[in-house]
Amino acid sequence: MRNLLNITDLTTGEIDELITVAEDIIANPEKYQDVCRRKKLATLFFEPSTRTRLSFEAAMLDLGGNVLGFSEASSSSTSKGETVGDTIRVVCGYADIIAMRHPKEGAPYAAAQVATKPIINAGDGGHNHPTQTLTDLLTIHRERGSFENFTIGFCGDLKFGRTVHSLVSALARYTGIHFVFISPEELKLPRYIIDNTLDKQHLSYEETNSLEEAMPRLDMLYMTRVQRERFFNEADYIRLKDTYILDPEKLEAAKPDLCILHPLPRVNEISVEVDNDPRARYFAQAENGKFIRMALIMKLLGLKA
Amino acid sequence: MKIDSIQNGIVLDHIQAGRSMEIYRLLGLNRLDCSVAIIKNARSTQMGKKDIIKIADRIDINLDVLGFVDPGITVDIIENGELVEKKHVQLPEKLVNVLKCKNPRCITVSEPHLRSEFLLTDREKRVYSCAYCDTRYHR
Repeated sequence: MRNLLNITDLTTGEIDELITVAEDIIANPEKYQDVCRRKKLATLFFEPSTRTRLSFEAAMLDLGGNVLGFSEASSSSTSKGETVGDTIRVVCGYADIIAMRHPKEGAPYAAAQVATKPIINAGDGGHNHPTQTLTDLLTIHRERGSFENFTIGFCGDLKFGRTVHSLVSALARYTGIHFVFISPEELKLPRYIIDNTLDKQHLSYEETNSLEEAMPRLDMLYMTRVQRERFFNEADYIRLKDTYILDPEKLEAAKPDLCILHPLPRVNEISVEVDNDPRARYFAQAENGKFIRMALIMKLLGLKA
Repeated sequence: MKIDSIQNGIVLDHIQAGRSMEIYRLLGLNRLDCSVAIIKNARSTQMGKKDIIKIADRIDINLDVLGFVDPGITVDIIENGELVEKKHVQLPEKLVNVLKCKNPRCITVSEPHLRSEFLLTDREKRVYSCAYCDTRYHR
């Protein structure tokens, strides 16, 4: 039985395979509409989410399956003190596959220790969010046609931004990518990612605090939100939250084929005026999330069209 | 100072000076009913000074704990006053229920009944990472 707890659980070949299936789903959706008939996906969201939960549910419904679950801890037995392990043991009796989001880091690993059905980590605190990474990879692949030879900028909260950490480690498997990390000093990429991934694999990267300076060199720009929920100190959040705001003026210096991504939700970091720019691809990115999750559900259930 | 040699039991030798109490605690030697001698700062030609623990019983020793605390430790098995086996320990790949994660956001902190697991992620720097949340622990 396979789980997806961390993007590193998948080999490069498996990621490529998921992207190939997702692109085939986009091209031929009718081929997949009954693949999961009579199968049930449980979405256990111990923490609120809009996109991730709905995209999982839409993915299962588009595969012809059914969904059940809860969307916040207060509507589950967690509010009565039930452990993650007990919840999972019970739900394994009701569903064929489980997607779970939990505010505590490592909760999906605890779930996987007792589960008899595949577990998908749909986000565990500031730790991992592998299906967002798969979404980002599918989007990059659809926009560029490959994962090689481009410059990608990551801008905003690179310290707590789990989507950034996972995407960097996933892209590190490919060649010819130059990474530009744009952040204030307090929200720089953690040292262990620089040591264990970038330096260890001799990857090309730079760190800067100026989005304007980096902009002309970028082929892809991955914007992130400064997340209020990751700060213990509200004053630090308020001081840092509007450090970078992408607006049409800043985009004047960008390449005409720049591709702007954002895991969403955004707050102020991308001006709404940018939404109509053809280089803004973040809503297409969100839609891609459904297709890659369809491919993933099929893979973990061992089903093919 | 003279400590009697043991007839049947285990000698943990070549412990880095100052580490014996940590080993005593991690191995739970306080729970034993037999004699346990801790010798601190014994003279050593190799190490200058070292700690030694003598246990007057053949108990199961968690070699992973020893390897984690100090991979230079040797484990001597004594039978009828004779050394019958000498074991060398090494840095273990996995530590179970030895360390506690210090990350307040880790599930093992809010659900302390969970089995603690740390994996060796950098042998050279002796870094272990929590299997749940990847928080790093430098030895």
